[in-house]
Amino acid sequence: MEVLNAIFVLPFVDMIDSPVFFAEVVIGGLLTGIMYSLVALGFVLIFKASGVFNFAQGAMVLFAALTLVGLMNNGAPVWLALIVTAGVMVILAVVIERLVLRPLVNQPDIILFMATIGITFFLEGFGETVWGSDIHRLDVGIPDAPFEIGGMLLNEFDIWAAVIGAAMVAGLAIFFHYTVIGRALRAVADDHQAALSVGIPLKTIWIIVWSVAGFVGLVAGIMWGSKSGVQFSLSLIALKALPVLILGGFTSIPGAIVGGLIIGVGEKVAEIYWGPLVGGAIENWFAYMLALVFLLFRPQGLFGEKIIERV
Amino acid sequence: MLYRESGQYKTRYQDDQAIFPLKQDRWLMAIALVIGFVVIPLTSSEYMLQAVLIPFLIFALAAIGLNLLAGYCGQISLGTGGFMAVGGYAAYKFTTSFPDMNIIVVFLLSGVVAAFVGVLFGIPSLRIKGFYLAVATLAAQFFLQWLFNKAPWFYNYNPSGTITAPPRELFGVLVSGPHASAEARYMITLVIVVVLALVAKNLVRGHIGRSWMAIRDMDIAAEIIGIRPMQTKLSAFAISSFYCGVAGALMVFTWLGSVETEAFAITVSFQVLFMVIIGGLGSILGSFIGAAFITAVPIVLTNAPQFFGLQMPIDMQKHFEVMIFGVLIIFFVIVEPHGFARLWQIAKEKLRLWPFPY
Repeated sequence: MEVLNAIFVLPFVDMIDSPVFFAEVVIGGLLTGIMYSLVALGFVLIFKASGVFNFAQGAMVLFAALTLVGLMNNGAPVWLALIVTAGVMVILAVVIERLVLRPLVNQPDIILFMATIGITFFLEGFGETVWGSDIHRLDVGIPDAPFEIGGMLLNEFDIWAAVIGAAMVAGLAIFFHYTVIGRALRAVADDHQAALSVGIPLKTIWIIVWSVAGFVGLVAGIMWGSKSGVQFSLSLIALKALPVLILGGFTSIPGAIVGGLIIGVGEKVAEIYWGPLVGGAIENWFAYMLALVFLLFRPQGLFGEKIIERV
Repeated sequence: MLYRESGQYKTRYQDDQAIFPLKQDRWLMAIALVIGFVVIPLTSSEYMLQAVLIPFLIFALAAIGLNLLAGYCGQISLGTGGFMAVGGYAAYKFTTSFPDMNIIVVFLLSGVVAAFVGVLFGIPSLRIKGFYLAVATLAAQFFLQWLFNKAPWFYNYNPSGTITAPPRELFGVLVSGPHASAEARYMITLVIVVVLALVAKNLVRGHIGRSWMAIRDMDIAAEIIGIRPMQTKLSAFAISSFYCGVAGALMVFTWLGSVETEAFAITVSFQVLFMVIIGGLGSILGSFIGAAFITAVPIVLTNAPQFFGLQMPIDMQKHFEVMIFGVLIIFFVIVEPHGFARLWQIAKEKLRLWPFPY
């Protein structure tokens, strides 16, 4: 009885008792969720366009952030470092398309997945060989001052992260829906062969989509890097983005955002109100369990396309 | 000339259905076993056994386990490390609670425990497939690792949080614990791995393996011809986890001796997945080759700079290793997506025609 009380009653009593603290937790969760979404977005873009489950997204985030920091430490101004890093991500996309994806066209998904794990290892090793493995401080000039609204302590930086995340999603949505390249991307996502047959150049599309994923990775890298320093663990946030993906659906951009928000809030709330019951540190697996239970009821995720199977 | 079936007439169905229908294959196998059981224990150094051969065998067993699931039944799992942890911790609990229990029985029982856990985490596979399932199995990985870290009961309230294999004897010979000789630990590992590999080979040739493959190739079609998806998928999860569990138990008892949950981290899951894919999906032999490759590469890479007389700072070398490992994976996946097992098959085809290929 006491156990049930501790699980089902007390946490909610706590929440109602101090609504301000609860709101703070929720908002903190939402803001972390946006950061997860930023990483998940890169996954979704590539999966949509090429059907590749790109495990290397986390490594791309790390690599982009490392390159940016490395350039800035060598005295480049922020704007120049940003442009050069973006250029590096495009080159990376071209190289990956040419050396990895093209030879593996028509292979089973798991083989491509495997290749992206190889890319992950390479990028992690390469980035750290070139730029070293110390923790770098990244400061691109985003204001970072705490302030108070209605008794809640918020951080200006988090608000900026939210704004940038929202702007990026809006930009991507417009890009996907109203530009010629965006339409081509959607066509490729629907059906490779049909897209080829109406004259859409598949290879160019892949380069574009990996570059865009690289830019998204760069933004995510800037955000995470300014928050917690640019270090190896940055590539591990890919693992945080995976439950977001299955929750939102591999193929849905809004899904990545909503999934990220749900996971972010769920994780924080569970850690603070239920975590102490089982000894804490449940953040590591809670997101996965949440996604797992969710999938049992909706196998294609929140916004994923309905899976239709035919023999 | 050396390797062909001409002249080997089979007069009984039994011969026809043998695992190695060719005389040459049987010889090769016999030679491999003699090398494994006699030559290696007599000639290898302690370092070789401890750092190369025992981990190779243990990872080969785990790779067979994952191969049964991913290669034969088509369900990708990234929870291998978690299931191995279940095996390791179960074996520890069994043998500390019942010190008189035969160590082999302990290993098998811990496999059974892992099988139950595997079935539990395999249930989502009935609803989801492909990468959704792969990500879902990560839940097993993270949850189990957390559980063994946080619940002191699993490590007998040891303040350091590690589990240490107690000394256990088999036929009067010490096979685990700090004083067991490397040869004894190698032998018990080898026996278990060989027996379980044989069982696996027969499983996949039989009814259950065929139903796994039917599910893998197209689950709806398999369902229509009367294969029950639930039993088939869950049995694949159970047996695969059994293998991983035994591998985990061996890892604690005959290889590392003393482990924390970190030993079963997600990197282990990925490593085993590499072995399965580089060795060849859907091949028992491939699991061995893949395990040999993945255990050998880091050792070679670590020693290569000295070999060439290069001096590198140690962290630089570490990064270099990771980088080269990544390149190697990409390279092998591109050159032969079906793994080493396929190369071996091609070699055999070529050998049959050699030296007159026309």
